[in-house]
Amino acid sequence: MSTAIKVEDLSKVYHLGEIGTGTLSRDIERWWALLRGKEDPFLRLGESNDRTKKGESNIVYSLKDISFDIQQGDAVGVIGRNGAGKSTLLKILSRVTSPTKGNIYVKGRIASLLEVGTGFHPELTGRENIYLNGTILGMRKKEIDRRLDEIIDFSGIERYIDTPVKRYSSGMYVRLAFAVAAHLISEILIVDEVLAVGDAEFQKKCLGKMGEVSKGQGRTVLFVSHNMHMIQKLCNTCLYLKEGSLLMHRDTQGVIGAYLNNKTFQSSVVFENEENNTHLLGFIKRVDIKTLNGQNIDEIPVGMPWKLVVQFKLLKDFPEFRIASGIVTSQEMPLWTVWSSPSDIKAGIYTAEFIYNKIFLSTGTFSLNIGLSTRANSIQYLENCCNLNISSASEVTLDPQIYKTEHTGSIINATEVTIF
Amino acid sequence: MHSDEKDWSLIIKPRGNIFELNLEELWHYRDLVWLLVKRDFVSFYKQTIFGPIWFFIQPIFTTIIFVLVFGNLAGFSTDGLPQPLFYMTNIVAWNYFADCINKTSTVFKDNAQIFGKVYFPRLIMPFSIVISNLVRFGVQFILLIIMIAYYILFRGYHPNFTWYLLLYPVMIVLMAALGLGAGMIISAMTTKYRDLSFLVSFGVQLYMYITPIIYPLSSFPAKYKKIALLNPMSPIVEGMRLGLLGKGDLTMGTFIYTVVIVLAILTMGIIIFNKVEKTFVDTV
Repeated sequence: MSTAIKVEDLSKVYHLGEIGTGTLSRDIERWWALLRGKEDPFLRLGESNDRTKKGESNIVYSLKDISFDIQQGDAVGVIGRNGAGKSTLLKILSRVTSPTKGNIYVKGRIASLLEVGTGFHPELTGRENIYLNGTILGMRKKEIDRRLDEIIDFSGIERYIDTPVKRYSSGMYVRLAFAVAAHLISEILIVDEVLAVGDAEFQKKCLGKMGEVSKGQGRTVLFVSHNMHMIQKLCNTCLYLKEGSLLMHRDTQGVIGAYLNNKTFQSSVVFENEENNTHLLGFIKRVDIKTLNGQNIDEIPVGMPWKLVVQFKLLKDFPEFRIASGIVTSQEMPLWTVWSSPSDIKAGIYTAEFIYNKIFLSTGTFSLNIGLSTRANSIQYLENCCNLNISSASEVTLDPQIYKTEHTGSIINATEVTIF
Repeated sequence: MHSDEKDWSLIIKPRGNIFELNLEELWHYRDLVWLLVKRDFVSFYKQTIFGPIWFFIQPIFTTIIFVLVFGNLAGFSTDGLPQPLFYMTNIVAWNYFADCINKTSTVFKDNAQIFGKVYFPRLIMPFSIVISNLVRFGVQFILLIIMIAYYILFRGYHPNFTWYLLLYPVMIVLMAALGLGAGMIISAMTTKYRDLSFLVSFGVQLYMYITPIIYPLSSFPAKYKKIALLNPMSPIVEGMRLGLLGKGDLTMGTFIYTVVIVLAILTMGIIIFNKVEKTFVDTV
């Protein structure tokens, strides 16, 4: 196989507060201030952006000396935390912005999908927008002519194809836009996290199409996502970026494993501002999600037991004090609530632990509600105080949707079910 | 490292040569120009009652006002031409120029959303603007032809068509190129300083008054005429009037001067635009 993309020493630098403040009057103001030997009045605007805190200069490396090769026909996942440089990399590859240093060699046409429906005009009909969007993405008109029926068919909105898109529902809009994108003619396809929109059925169709693209047609696909499940399903290799550097480039399973272990903890929430809580007689100070042996964990592999640790402060004695925690789906549906048994408690700082080893949650994000109360009155109730991520990447290589629990149900109609 | 650069179909480099202009790529995207023009035209009159008639209304009313104010109240000369014809010829021409420069100068701001998400040669956008406005100009030109025909048939106006008529399309191209070039230079600067975009809209309005639109160049005293001719739009407007109505102040010298200036501004515009397009996403 030959190399489709070769990246050599790629760097991208952003200057903070140096490129001008945006209006002439401010630039003049700044120049005037510097001339009088005063501090730059607008420099601070930039500094807060400096996530990586490389303090001494206002230069930020969004990407730093990245080199890698991608083989033709590979489906490559790009993972990393927010700000790791994933989007910058895709932007440079799509030529939306240019690199500061380094070269990229590409073989074949690149189609990039950083957004679905770029350039859609609300007044134009679906059909007209297919042409407009397709040509913006680099197709020729006659190429679209040839694929028009296929595109309309894929979108599944044939009936409304001659209606202005401003009358479309957002779902229809996305369907149409993705249909165009899915039929782009290119050897390399770059996809940012755009599949998050659209209904489940359509998402599945798109995933299928993308899988087909990389496996069937030998196209190279670059795919950015936070959804490890999708990455695992689609990609055979992964790039793992961290703070602008390439940490790892190897098979998907290995990279995802490293990524999940290496992440810093978003699962720990500290409520610092005690002043905000002056009206409360007791409040939550800190919430952590941990493994059973006490390590903080961001994404819990599906099926693994975990615990919730809550630190709280009570300003007075409470009789029959209880603490409760509840798990809610992202659609706000309550799943599970536990209460501690009531006990008389004195003022002070306490830690409560909730151990979850009996509940099996499937892949996804859930949120946690935590409440402090006495028998009669609520002391504090925190909604969505912490996110709970259940990741599909488990050590077990089972289909993540199927788990064995202690209590199995009986199969009523065995003929319709296949059990592995 | 890579001696064999021909193996690759695309090389992304930090910053290309400023004179680098990928014409082949531009040509590949020609369908996009056409579709953008169509988009502009269709979206202009969608959900309006009069539709494309709106293209007529603006020049008609402006002509009426100019005739009343400048022709009758102020009594400006019109080179012996019927006032409505004189003004409308100039207005239609000026509209095209003003639209080109106004729209082109905000091209980065208006399209930041698209430019930030997908790559295509950015020059496509200003080109499509100039061509879209040409469609609009074409519609207004029809109105102008109707006016001239009316004057010939019912008002006893004697047309004075000569070979100079061929100058008319040449002048349109020059005007488009000037608007495009100047617009691109301004657009490149507005990515950094938004202030300029406020300046442009009224700057263009003021520019009209120093261009022979509401008066002919011939009404200038000789010593100021030289200064007025520094303005590349003066020979263009005069040339257009010369072609269509047979009265205008254009010499070989002023014509060549204008062509040189227009080409210089256009080249500068393309170079600056090309330089800015590479990184503007980071500054907007």
